[in-house]
Amino acid sequence: MDNAATLSAHFTEFKLNGRMVKVSAAAGVRLSHSLREQLGAKDVKIGCNAGDCGACTVLVDGDPVCACLMPTQQAAGKTLETLVGLVGQDPRAKALVQSFQNHQAAQCGICTPGVMVSAVALLRDVPKPTIKQVQDALGGVLCRCTGYRKIIDAVCEAGQAEVFPVAVSGSGAVGTSVARLDGLQKLQGREVFGDDVAPPQALVIKAVRSPFARAEFRFGDLENYVTSTAGVHAVLTAADVPGKNAFGVIPAFQDQPVFAETEARFRGEAVAAVIGTAAAMACFDEAGFPVIWEERPAVSRVAQALMASAPQLHADHPQNVMCGGFVARGDAQNGLLDADAVVEGLFETGFVEHGYIEPEAGFAECVEGRIEVHACTQAPVMDLESLAAILGCDQGKLRIRPTAVGGGFGSKLDLSVQPFLALATLKTGQPVRMTYSRTETMQATTKRHPSEIDLKIGATKAGRICGFVFTGDFNTGAYASWGPTVANRVPVHASGPYQIADYRAESRGIYTHCPPAGAFRGFGVPQAAIAQESLFDELADKLGIDALEFREINALEDGAETVCGQVFTQGVGIKDCLRALRPAWQREKALCAAFNAENASIKRGVGVAAGWYGCGNTSLPNPSTIKSGITAEGRIFLHQGATDIGQGSNTVIAQIFAQALGVVVHDIHLLGPDTDITPDAGKTSASRQTFVSGNAARLSGESLRRKVLALANAGPDASFSFDSGTVTICDGAGPHVVALQRLPVGADGYVLEAIETYDPPTLPLDENGQGVPYAQFGYAAHLAVVEVDIRLGSVIPQRFTAAHDVGQAINPLLVEGQVQGGIAQGLGMALMEEYLPGRTENLHDYLMPTIGDVPPIETLIIEQADAEGPYGAKGLGEHVLIPTAPALLNAIKNATGVRLYSVPATPSRVRTALKEAGYD
Amino acid sequence: MPTTLQDAVDFLQQGGKNGVEIVAGATDWFPARGERPLCQPILDITKIAELQGIERTLQGWRFGAAVTWSDILTADLPNCFAGLKAAAREVGSVQIQNVATLAGNLCNASPAADGVPPLLTLDAAVEIASLSGVRSVPLTEFVLGVRQTALQPGEMVTAVTVPVLPMHVSEGVGCFIKIGARKYLVISITMVAALVAVADGKIAEARVAVGACSTVAQRVPMLEAALRGCTAAQAEAAICPAHLEALSPISDMRGSASYRADAAFELCRRAVASALTGAAQNGGLGHG
Repeated sequence: MDNAATLSAHFTEFKLNGRMVKVSAAAGVRLSHSLREQLGAKDVKIGCNAGDCGACTVLVDGDPVCACLMPTQQAAGKTLETLVGLVGQDPRAKALVQSFQNHQAAQCGICTPGVMVSAVALLRDVPKPTIKQVQDALGGVLCRCTGYRKIIDAVCEAGQAEVFPVAVSGSGAVGTSVARLDGLQKLQGREVFGDDVAPPQALVIKAVRSPFARAEFRFGDLENYVTSTAGVHAVLTAADVPGKNAFGVIPAFQDQPVFAETEARFRGEAVAAVIGTAAAMACFDEAGFPVIWEERPAVSRVAQALMASAPQLHADHPQNVMCGGFVARGDAQNGLLDADAVVEGLFETGFVEHGYIEPEAGFAECVEGRIEVHACTQAPVMDLESLAAILGCDQGKLRIRPTAVGGGFGSKLDLSVQPFLALATLKTGQPVRMTYSRTETMQATTKRHPSEIDLKIGATKAGRICGFVFTGDFNTGAYASWGPTVANRVPVHASGPYQIADYRAESRGIYTHCPPAGAFRGFGVPQAAIAQESLFDELADKLGIDALEFREINALEDGAETVCGQVFTQGVGIKDCLRALRPAWQREKALCAAFNAENASIKRGVGVAAGWYGCGNTSLPNPSTIKSGITAEGRIFLHQGATDIGQGSNTVIAQIFAQALGVVVHDIHLLGPDTDITPDAGKTSASRQTFVSGNAARLSGESLRRKVLALANAGPDASFSFDSGTVTICDGAGPHVVALQRLPVGADGYVLEAIETYDPPTLPLDENGQGVPYAQFGYAAHLAVVEVDIRLGSVIPQRFTAAHDVGQAINPLLVEGQVQGGIAQGLGMALMEEYLPGRTENLHDYLMPTIGDVPPIETLIIEQADAEGPYGAKGLGEHVLIPTAPALLNAIKNATGVRLYSVPATPSRVRTALKEAGYD
Repeated sequence: MPTTLQDAVDFLQQGGKNGVEIVAGATDWFPARGERPLCQPILDITKIAELQGIERTLQGWRFGAAVTWSDILTADLPNCFAGLKAAAREVGSVQIQNVATLAGNLCNASPAADGVPPLLTLDAAVEIASLSGVRSVPLTEFVLGVRQTALQPGEMVTAVTVPVLPMHVSEGVGCFIKIGARKYLVISITMVAALVAVADGKIAEARVAVGACSTVAQRVPMLEAALRGCTAAQAEAAICPAHLEALSPISDMRGSASYRADAAFELCRRAVASALTGAAQNGGLGHG
């Protein structure tokens, strides 16, 4: 312990947001840690602890720095400003808050402090910045939700305008772009995320994880480890799981243990967890934990896993085949024989990391004999059910209190910190907290499935598809997670939004010793779309038909049968999307041709691609229930259980409800999500919240409205307003004033209450995948323009035009936000992102788009109202990235004549393909 | 935190068998440490008086070890430092540039260190202090391999120095280009720095260094020799892939070895062309 003297804490004094503060920290402790844990500056967000994301940006003597990279002692004598201080004191920050609200430039809000603080520093130097200056200044802050364009617009506007355009006021009626109802708290640094909620005295949990893709292990003397390590309270292993040491999102596939029992099946799998005081756990060194590993041969690719000699991951799944999906219609092979042109291709994609900036985090405590878990999640009720099984307890013994979610995109549907938290508080009886490191979140949480897709498509001279044969293998990693959903969804969607009479699509999920692949925006459909939309271009080329026209010829329409034999008599908007792209298509083709005539080493190209996506679960019930009530004081409460992970459900669900009830959205008080107070609104997944929970909110609002009107026997067109303790109902017979206090108060404190459920009507698929998988689809078509640097192989997207049929845009600005954010993720998948276990477990080796990588995006909102959707609305969240990657690949082909069959299309891969094609 | 060099080298000497962690901007130090606890004493050099500032000296230029990339960006430096300035703009992000130091970039000894190629074109050296005094080591002898430097126990870097360059070189123009898979916050797949001086319409001096294509960035003397005496119009044709044969690029997740070789060649052409354009704007090409 001879270092104790040099490592001991000493005081550092500095000015924080205008007042002098003093912290006690050992040399080398991160400033971000001191700010958050000692000074309560929770507006400083930690995304990576490596300077790669910029979420923790603070101003030190006016200069932006990453607080995670500054040793606390270096702050001595300096002036520090964080978002909370800036929005209180700096007029530029106040202008930014307003313009960010106007543009909805914050989605989940986790990167927002870093973005805003960096923007304040810019505006102090450059009051009216250009787009390029904004990009340079914000290049160090990663945002995974917005696609950055709204951020650029907002910063430019904050610098330009004295008076802001009134874009976001109004009643919030359906179809208006009211500001996010939860926007201000995100912009002012008040939003509370998973790592922001634990009380100071909470014990800290750290997991012990496998360093190998596959390893057997045994523990040393754990009891001795606990008693001999100062500050350590307990160790958890599989032996501490009182219920079932297995979880999974699909009941028949619950194969993932909380703690591996004898063999770890992927690098990063937890085998134990250590619980100790915050001080002790700050010094926790995994190397000192008594576990002995014996590495075993592992399989990481589908082909390896399928070999007869491959180790079998799960006893009940021979050959490592998890499950498959199948859709067949007509005679696909015969169709190909009749075709005038046939194209074929083998396409490959890799693991993609969700890359939300908020690592999984939360805290748990025992309250009156129950365990309450506060954590970031997309699926509170699924968490509740899974934890009850793991703890072997009644669900009534648990309460899930979701925090704000700093991005999810599918991965926070699965359990992460929750079982550790619940087990640790059960074992110690004390409040406990856990926050994944960036490495942990990348190693241990789900990814997008890598795919290997073989596709063959034929068409007639007239351009009609005849024959489509698809086989796809998806690497589902060590555990099932949402792999079965991917296997089921892909064959249903692999056709794209087209009429294909002779069709056969088969998929399989294969276990490997990789991190579990699960849900990620699109559930396998983006991978399938790369193959299908790429080959559509090849086919159109071969037939000499314009690529956009070829898609129009084959597009679905009202009354046509999908490949599942489903017929929508209304609401099929794909042709409208394709037609909407026509002007941009003609213009960009001409511009690219003109550019290419003048340039030899830089080539431009334009590409289009389309997509569709069924909203909600595939052929399974997935109801949402929404409760609302009015108190005797005349206050309206909406129990909103649909978790908002940045996409905007807090705003959209409230808008729909307000419209149905007949009030302005700002009169509504939102409650939840919280499993004690919000009924189950299902999970935030499958693009179902606007559609399914939106319908439940509409029904709840309509029901509550009927109850209000019944107070005065008023007709359905009457209007009403609440005052303290009264409601005034106006119809033809004049105003009726009803005293609410005279009404009986229900158990929840409401004088009027409505609970309504909506479950989308679907039917099971038969053995050939024929049936009614979804009650509605949304449709999309993207156009991308790229520039390819021939000698360096770099691909620089120039512009996007995105047409989306959303049925009815509840909030058009939220639609644009989803589209831009989805395109940024699709762009990342197409051009730079690939997760390689053991090699890209941080955000400097794993590259996601920065603010300089996403070009301008024009969103064309198409509204083919859907009869099932609330006010005609369709889901959108996942549709937005499905066409992006193939549109980019088609644009690269258009620019260079070279087709890429695997993504990401990194400079190295593109250059190799160009050289193979004969480029100098 | 020591404020004098004497205190710092005293502290280093007492560091004990585990050694001392020297920290300045800490932008490489924290990520390398990850979530592991800190077990060694640290020497924070950011407040040491002798390590501050950029100075013009009789011997050339001296960049104190506490000088950040932002300091370099805002400093008034001649055109031959344009490559170094361009590199400063490309290091990480503004947040990184505000605290990360030039000296730290060298001490971190990454094959992809942005600072090394431009400093190689400037014949930079590293000034090292210990209790036994100060020594200067040419940059080519300081970075020895991946994460390996010539720094001995008890020693610390106090400055990066650039000597007075021959007149015809010091009037040259520097350039730096790196390629990565995204715009900002990106580690180079490969990078090139060039420093080109022109006299009487011909290239009087060309210095070209390539990074991320060998364990340590290096100058490419054959290429430089081929350029000397060329006119601007002849320069592109004078460069050929064989000039880069001494490089030993590897394949990794950022790119294949053959891609790196290919891209390095192309970047050499572009960096030289860009430096020549700068030289022309300087009046070098037209007026000699």
